[in-house]
Amino acid sequence: MLNVSDIFKSFEQKQALAGVSFEVHAGEILAVLGPSGCGKSTLLSIIAGLEEADHGEVAWDGVSLSGIPPYRRGFGLMFQDFALFPHLNVFDNVAFGLRMQHLPIEEIPAQVREALELAGLPGFELRDVNTLSGGEQQRVALARALAPRPRLLMLDEPLGALDRNLRERLVLDLRDILRRSRQTAIYVTHDQEEAFTLADRLVVMNAGKIEQIGTPEQIYGRPASLFAARFLGFTNLIPGRALSIQPAAAVVETAIGRLYVPLSENSLQPGQAVTVLLRPDGVQPGNDNSGQLQGTLTEAVFRGNITRATVLIQGVSLVFDFHSHWVLPAIGQAIHLSFDPAQALQLFNEISP
Amino acid sequence: MCSRKYVWLPLIIFLLSACAAPAQTSSAPRTLTVMTHDSFAVSEPVIRAFEQANNVKVTILPSGDAGTALNKAILAKNNPIADVLYGVDNTFLSRALNEDIYQAYASPGLANIPNTFKLDPQNRALPVDYGDVCLNYDKAYFSSKNLAAPQSLEDLLKPEYKSLTVVENPATSSPGLAFLLATIGHFGEDKYLDYWRGLRTNDVRVVNDWNTAYYTEYTRAGGTRPIVVSYSSSPVFELIEAEQPKDGTPAPQLSEPPTAAVVSDGSCFRQIEFVGILKGTKNQDLAQKWIDFMLSPTFQEDMPLQMYVFPVNSGAKLNDTFTKYLINPQITAGVDPQAIADNREAWIQAWTEAVLR
Amino acid sequence: MTAGNAAGNRAGHNARQIDGPPGDQIAVRRSGRRGSWILLTLWLAPLIFLGAFYFYPLAGILSASFARREGNLLSPFLAALTSTSVRSIFAFTVYQAVLSTLLTLLIGLPGAYLIARYDFPGKALLRALTGVPFVLPTLVVGAAFTALLGPAGWINQALMRLFHLSQPPIDFMYTLAAILLAHIFYNTTIVLRMVGDFWSHLDPRLGQAAEMLGATPMQVLRKVTLPLLAPAVAAAALLVFIFDFTSFGVILVLGGPRFATLEVEIYNQTVSLFNLPLAAVLALIQLFFTLLLTIVYTRLAARVTRPLSLRPQRFTLRRLTTIRQRLLAAAYIGLLVLLLVAPLIALAARSVTRVESSTRLPPGQSDQGITGATAQRGGFTLDYYRELNINRRQSLFFTPPATAIGISLLYASATVLMSLALGIPAAWALARSETSWANRAMDPLLMLPLGTSAVTLGLGFIITLSHPPLNMIGSPWLVPLAHTLVAFPFVVRSLTPALRSIRPRLRQAAAVLGANPLRVFRSIDLPLAGRAVLVAATFAFTISLGEFGATAVLARPEYPTVPVAIYRLLGQPGALNYGQALALSTILMAVAMTSMLVIERMRIADVGEF
Repeated sequence: MLNVSDIFKSFEQKQALAGVSFEVHAGEILAVLGPSGCGKSTLLSIIAGLEEADHGEVAWDGVSLSGIPPYRRGFGLMFQDFALFPHLNVFDNVAFGLRMQHLPIEEIPAQVREALELAGLPGFELRDVNTLSGGEQQRVALARALAPRPRLLMLDEPLGALDRNLRERLVLDLRDILRRSRQTAIYVTHDQEEAFTLADRLVVMNAGKIEQIGTPEQIYGRPASLFAARFLGFTNLIPGRALSIQPAAAVVETAIGRLYVPLSENSLQPGQAVTVLLRPDGVQPGNDNSGQLQGTLTEAVFRGNITRATVLIQGVSLVFDFHSHWVLPAIGQAIHLSFDPAQALQLFNEISP
Repeated sequence: MCSRKYVWLPLIIFLLSACAAPAQTSSAPRTLTVMTHDSFAVSEPVIRAFEQANNVKVTILPSGDAGTALNKAILAKNNPIADVLYGVDNTFLSRALNEDIYQAYASPGLANIPNTFKLDPQNRALPVDYGDVCLNYDKAYFSSKNLAAPQSLEDLLKPEYKSLTVVENPATSSPGLAFLLATIGHFGEDKYLDYWRGLRTNDVRVVNDWNTAYYTEYTRAGGTRPIVVSYSSSPVFELIEAEQPKDGTPAPQLSEPPTAAVVSDGSCFRQIEFVGILKGTKNQDLAQKWIDFMLSPTFQEDMPLQMYVFPVNSGAKLNDTFTKYLINPQITAGVDPQAIADNREAWIQAWTEAVLR
Repeated sequence: MTAGNAAGNRAGHNARQIDGPPGDQIAVRRSGRRGSWILLTLWLAPLIFLGAFYFYPLAGILSASFARREGNLLSPFLAALTSTSVRSIFAFTVYQAVLSTLLTLLIGLPGAYLIARYDFPGKALLRALTGVPFVLPTLVVGAAFTALLGPAGWINQALMRLFHLSQPPIDFMYTLAAILLAHIFYNTTIVLRMVGDFWSHLDPRLGQAAEMLGATPMQVLRKVTLPLLAPAVAAAALLVFIFDFTSFGVILVLGGPRFATLEVEIYNQTVSLFNLPLAAVLALIQLFFTLLLTIVYTRLAARVTRPLSLRPQRFTLRRLTTIRQRLLAAAYIGLLVLLLVAPLIALAARSVTRVESSTRLPPGQSDQGITGATAQRGGFTLDYYRELNINRRQSLFFTPPATAIGISLLYASATVLMSLALGIPAAWALARSETSWANRAMDPLLMLPLGTSAVTLGLGFIITLSHPPLNMIGSPWLVPLAHTLVAFPFVVRSLTPALRSIRPRLRQAAAVLGANPLRVFRSIDLPLAGRAVLVAATFAFTISLGEFGATAVLARPEYPTVPVAIYRLLGQPGALNYGQALALSTILMAVAMTSMLVIERMRIADVGEF
């Protein structure tokens, strides 16, 4: 199990990491999700031993790794641009780690073959890496990282260099490969969909700090901060002002009306500026006046199972994901929306800058 | 800056200038090209006077050391690149004459020159200056050691002179070759190698050029060898150089040269330098005037302080310091120029075997 | 699933492809004819240049030399090949060159690493300083080493005082060690610059990837870094070897008479013995050996060069952080300074020291009892510098130092422009294709001038350039042309590894975006290889500044360069002249250093360093 505690790291003027702590359990795939520049790659470098933290510790199974150079940590790292050795062919690239481990010569070809098959490239041993396509290179990089069976595999935006179709296909392959080999992995990305597909647990990072840790369901179900919510793709973030505070709820005055938001804990002051999230998946359309909100349907995009609808309410544009079999009025018509406040609403104690 | 079109620009420029040969109009002064070795030097007023007197522009073409300059003249025989060649010395004379590069000219200036200098009876090569290659020694060293200074070549074999001598390689150095010839002239072709073997036993040091010998190995420059092969004039030049006033410091009071040359009979070799008109020149008359000029007292008197050599013209006057302190050898070791041409390679080879291998 | 590996390697477009279109190809394969024509055009200018100023003079001197033979055409060759002394000279030449090259690599590679990967205070200064030795004429280097390591030099004096010795412990001059040391002194900068700059563009992530796979730093070096560096190291090693192989002044001045290389022997045979046929044979031997080496090199280099992810320097440089790093760096820099800079300092110090006019006594004795001259100890003086401007004897050839410097700088600038104008198209051609016959023919050819005896070529110039069709004797353009003959192979060798390493994909991308080949060159190749172009320009500049042999032959006496002026001063007796020569040499060093600092700050193609 990997234990990262309280990592601080600054470069010149900029603080890259400020107090990052989390754990990775054996066999788990942990995704680190965050925008560019939030410190994800720096974090990986520190865990890998390629950089030294200013403060804090990285430990494996209770043993501190400080002072141990990268080549003795037994971790694997897959770079975004693959970093394949251009002077070696596929076989030698994949076998590199095995040779460093001083695996008996007879055993290497079998291991290489196994890794290549796992990565979906059987028979590629003698190919020249410089002639491979992007997807093939990525798989070779993966095979190379997997072959020595590292106790922890880190992947730094491995799909970033690929086009969208390829990415969507490969992320499933990747998950499959990692699960099959029961590989403990940290997967760094800025793409929320990738993270959700792969991760057992998720860490959301922003500006060197951890915003939230949890399973994808937990995080998606209850984003811990406005940043997380936004990063996860939520757009219905409505600014408002808390009118009255009750022990388990707050009434918030917003542009779209007064919303009654259930709260688990209440540290708000009346008059405080807050933001309310109206979840796109928690709302149902109706065509009678029983709903809490009413607006105009401005757009409805069919997307298979879900139809994405844009509704204009009091000048605020909100986006909802309706099941496609629900009946919607025509574009431009009035639409009534009903929801369960406990499911659909979430209050954030902050406003966006 | 690196666009391809700029590739062509320098190309065009140099092609144009290549095709442009120096133009000579009849009203402009003519050009006389004098090929020399690299040590050629002359005072500007002296040469300007010549130019003005003859309405000529003199172009000097330094062409390497004496041997290289001669070789160039030989190789360019059919298309001479100059009108006159100066700088061939008596060790190269036969090569020059055998290759027949000169035109004979009996200059009137020859009248003032002693016959010992006229090594070419046909006056194809005319003598201009001479310098004697002799052993030099550092007086202060010998007096501080209470050692008698060497007086002859044979002295160098004595045990008390062990590890005190530095000489130059005859293959690469002109004074080195001159000294070798001195030993050949002095001891004879059958005995000179014994002498050199003796020198080797006595730990003689060999270096490749005069500069290294004089400015690195010689004790005067901080080295460890107080005996060096140099010129008979070197002690006087030490004096002259020391008298140069330098700002702020008083001139040192030297009453006599701090070094001396070994000028006993047969221990020095006289190098004589020659000038000659090159065959194929288009400026015959100017070339002749130049030869006369080189043999004239004006030029001859200018030479010592410019080229550190001495005039052959007995009418030329030397400056006071020279007259006072210069001790020239009476009799130098002589070797026939034709013998030099015939045996040079063999002698150098034999010497190399005896001394270096 | 088929086993497609047999077709595997380079014919990528034939093998099975997964996940996307074919990726990088190593060479851009143009349709045969058009590609060849482009290559020929690129080679046109260098070819004309070599033809006029190398092959023509060389042919002239060789034919003139062989015309003087006795016997049939084969006899000079037989005489040379059967002569034991020629064989031993050749063996020694190769031996000292190999040894020198290995040592230079040994000393230079760590420095290349330091320069490539780290940024530290004084880096620019160190780079400029280590480039200065390249500029110095060999006569001057002899004086510098003597001042440092001679029997009366600083180090011996210091050691003697420290350990109370009566004899100088280091017997340095006229040994093989002196030759090797001088070669290291001259040529380390080639390794530092060529390898260092190439290295600085290598993606450090490759090393990190290897480390993550368990490779110790030593293993990373052996298995990843060095193989990728191979093209640059090979290019540098080739150049260093050729220089050492054709070494002349160093052997004469620092080796002394006991050592003779081919070049020295060619000089002796030509000048001293006028045995031109033998000299010509020796020159040909030297030439063929160089040609052979270059061909081997080009074959090797083609196999070893690969497209790399070249990255801008600001992403690859780091600071020295740990104490251990700092200590190691300091120790290495100290060594470098000792080898490369200390002789320069000794030279500069000697130029401001009054040459002593009394005998230096054997150490341990006092200097009482000297009769006659007053003992003048060496003191600080600027007299030699002042004297440079004074034409005491109204000598015709007196040139004030400012004029000589101006002339040197002018020739150097012309050389840089011409070398780049010839070298960039040639390097570009070489980078476009490794298999084209034009490239395989031209590449070794352009290295030939470096391997040709300067004596021989000089004579060739005299013979052939003194009459039409190229009557150029006396033209001031001859000097920079001769310099370019040596400098432009350098430019090609510096640029080619860098240009070859640019991923063809980048050029393709630019082409697809509408850039014609010239634009592609300017906007892709030039910025990515920008550093290499600057390195090449710096080399061309310093070669020209310090060139002496050809210049002495070709320069007009009214327009002397600084090395020619120094040589003149050295040829005249007198402590004053000697001191002036040292002073002028120090000025030359200062000019070289300043120029190099200026060049390195310059920007290329308006893009700077990315």
